[in-house]
Amino acid sequence: MSVTTAALRTPEAASRSRVKGLLEDERWLAAALLFPTMLLLGLFIAYPFVKGVMLSLTSARVGEPGDWVGLANFAKIWDDPIFRRAVWNTFWYTGVTTVFKLALGLWLAVLLNRHFRGKAFVRAFILLPFIIPTVLSTFAWKWMFDPTFSVLNWTFYKLGLITGRINWLGDPDLAMVSVMVVNIWRGVPFYAISLLAGLQTISPELHEAAAIDGARPWQRFWHVTWPLLLPVTMVVVLFSVIQTFADFQLVYVLTGGGPANATHLFATYAYQIAIGTGLLSEGAAISLAMFPVLFLVVVVQLLYIRRVETR
Amino acid sequence: MTHGIGRRRVLTVAGTAAGTGGLATILASARAPAYAQGTTIHWLRWNDFVPASDQLLRREITQECQRALGIRLNVETINGNDIQARITSAIQSGNGPDIVNSLNNWPQLYAQSVADVNDIAEEIGAAQNGYYEIFKAVAHDGRRWLGVPWSIVGNTIAYRKSWFEEVGYAEFPQTWEQYLDAGKKLKAKGRPIGQTLGHTFGDAPTFTYPYLWSWGGREVEADGRTVVLNSPKTVESVRFMVGFWRDAHDEGGLAWDDTNNNRAFLSGSVCATLNGASIYIEAQRRPQAYQTERGTPMKDDIRHAPLPHGPDGQYHYHLPFTNILMGYSRNQDAGKRFLRWIHSREVFEKWFVSQKGYSVGATTVWEGHPLWNEDPVMLPYRAAARTGRAPGFPGPSGAKAAEVVAKYIIVDMYAKAVQGMAPEQAVREAHEELVKIYGAA
Repeated sequence: MSVTTAALRTPEAASRSRVKGLLEDERWLAAALLFPTMLLLGLFIAYPFVKGVMLSLTSARVGEPGDWVGLANFAKIWDDPIFRRAVWNTFWYTGVTTVFKLALGLWLAVLLNRHFRGKAFVRAFILLPFIIPTVLSTFAWKWMFDPTFSVLNWTFYKLGLITGRINWLGDPDLAMVSVMVVNIWRGVPFYAISLLAGLQTISPELHEAAAIDGARPWQRFWHVTWPLLLPVTMVVVLFSVIQTFADFQLVYVLTGGGPANATHLFATYAYQIAIGTGLLSEGAAISLAMFPVLFLVVVVQLLYIRRVETR
Repeated sequence: MTHGIGRRRVLTVAGTAAGTGGLATILASARAPAYAQGTTIHWLRWNDFVPASDQLLRREITQECQRALGIRLNVETINGNDIQARITSAIQSGNGPDIVNSLNNWPQLYAQSVADVNDIAEEIGAAQNGYYEIFKAVAHDGRRWLGVPWSIVGNTIAYRKSWFEEVGYAEFPQTWEQYLDAGKKLKAKGRPIGQTLGHTFGDAPTFTYPYLWSWGGREVEADGRTVVLNSPKTVESVRFMVGFWRDAHDEGGLAWDDTNNNRAFLSGSVCATLNGASIYIEAQRRPQAYQTERGTPMKDDIRHAPLPHGPDGQYHYHLPFTNILMGYSRNQDAGKRFLRWIHSREVFEKWFVSQKGYSVGATTVWEGHPLWNEDPVMLPYRAAARTGRAPGFPGPSGAKAAEVVAKYIIVDMYAKAVQGMAPEQAVREAHEELVKIYGAA
């Protein structure tokens, strides 16, 4: 019998068993399991990132590889008033919308966490702004803000609230407000549903115990709900800040960065310079200028989350 | 070992039965299957403001192209504001449309990435009385044609005749001061002038550039290098624009793209706007839908007039279109055959007629077409292309001028001032931007 078995052990079988042996070793197994992820990250994250860095250090234009210019593109954009405006806009846009999205999202989550008839339906309905493709919903908003045919202006006019037209997208400040309103409208459901999931992990017994101890509703929220919800909140805020900071679609569709560059963000300005004007290297430099800020935000928030979790 | 029907056998039989012949058959014949034999030319264009022309290209012209050249034509139309993004990504990836119907002086911007079609352009020009001067500026690099000039969308002011008559202008205003006066009176009646100062490819630059030139302002000297924007003449033009905008214009125009003024005019919200003839053509197409406040067809109340004179004269910037054959295209021969065919008099005429005067040809021969005898309202467009100048005037309209257009520097100079920035500062900032561009190597 043993002779027969030995005869049957072909080179393929020997190789299979060698592979099996290797995979028994945890180090090899870990490497094998990580390989597909590493490959994907390398191809779709690391390569474009490195390519972007290389591009920003050259004078590449569309169709021309360009020469090595070091940090000249970064010096150039720093000297560019539109870029500085875009930097300010991006921080302002991210800051204001994040505060509103968090406040409204939390409020909505607390409301949705109660028991009422049609709860499932309302929760699904709330998600609509988040589900509809951004470009589609932003086009609808663009019509609502239309300089000539705005339904908002028509409504306010009919209600006697205004006598002339409000120039939603033509006035620099109002255009920024309009962009923020749409971002908040779109972002609140993400906060609400994520925080609702967090709220549902909090044991009702804790609330009951606090109530028995005489805590009022606000005290129960502040001393029980909020501390337990904080790690989830931080993760939600982290994702939201990253997405908002690098926002593109909404501004591109609604204002195209106008009027006169008043609503440009990093991404829209980088797009206009690189893709619209064909100055690829300068556009890459504008895009990369976002990176240190986002990196810092991520590090600070992740450190904070770790501190909260280990407390 | 069994000899039943295995999975592979079933798939092979099914594949053969489906009529494909199977991969083995194709390989054995050493020929591509029938559906892959014909060449396809992918032609990217803007969404035409005369939709009937897009229909003509997609149906009749496509079928004729197949019959005449054996080329399958794939006409793709997109928003004009998105074409540059498509060109950039196509050049960088080396994959995309074979031919792009480019606008403005974009051929200069992509000069390194276009195929040589000089012989075709020369041939078409010679056969059709020569091109309008503007094409030398926007599609010729001094040595060769960068594309084959296709057409020009003439830009004149479409205005409501009866409304201007009501405020005392039986003839359209001849100067900016008169235009301001008329506009002020009309705005007081809730009928402002509609003009975009937004980031949009057509109406914004075709208004602001000739406006600047008419005041004597220039981007650069004729050498194409010396930036001279910051001059008293430019400052004066900006100062005038501030009052002109406030007193006579629909201030929503800061957020308009190329379509907004069409809608505003056809809805009776504005009295005049610089545009191609698309407003009039649309009003003609649907006389019942677009009516005046008196219930008469709006088309009968629309007239066209050239831009007013400024202290330095009267200027225009009409929108030129050029077909560029992309260097990365794998269908160079077919692309050239197609260009020669589509630009030929017989084929181009069909498209030209469908435009009803909205576009004029790139060559002067089309000024003599019987189309111009049909409607006197369209006559101002007939030879409009002869008066056009290109960005960068009086210097060459090269890549740097194209960059200035793409960055909307001149448009924004006016937009910033009407939003409250001091005219001197708006001009100074724009000047500094131009120096960065023209001063760069």
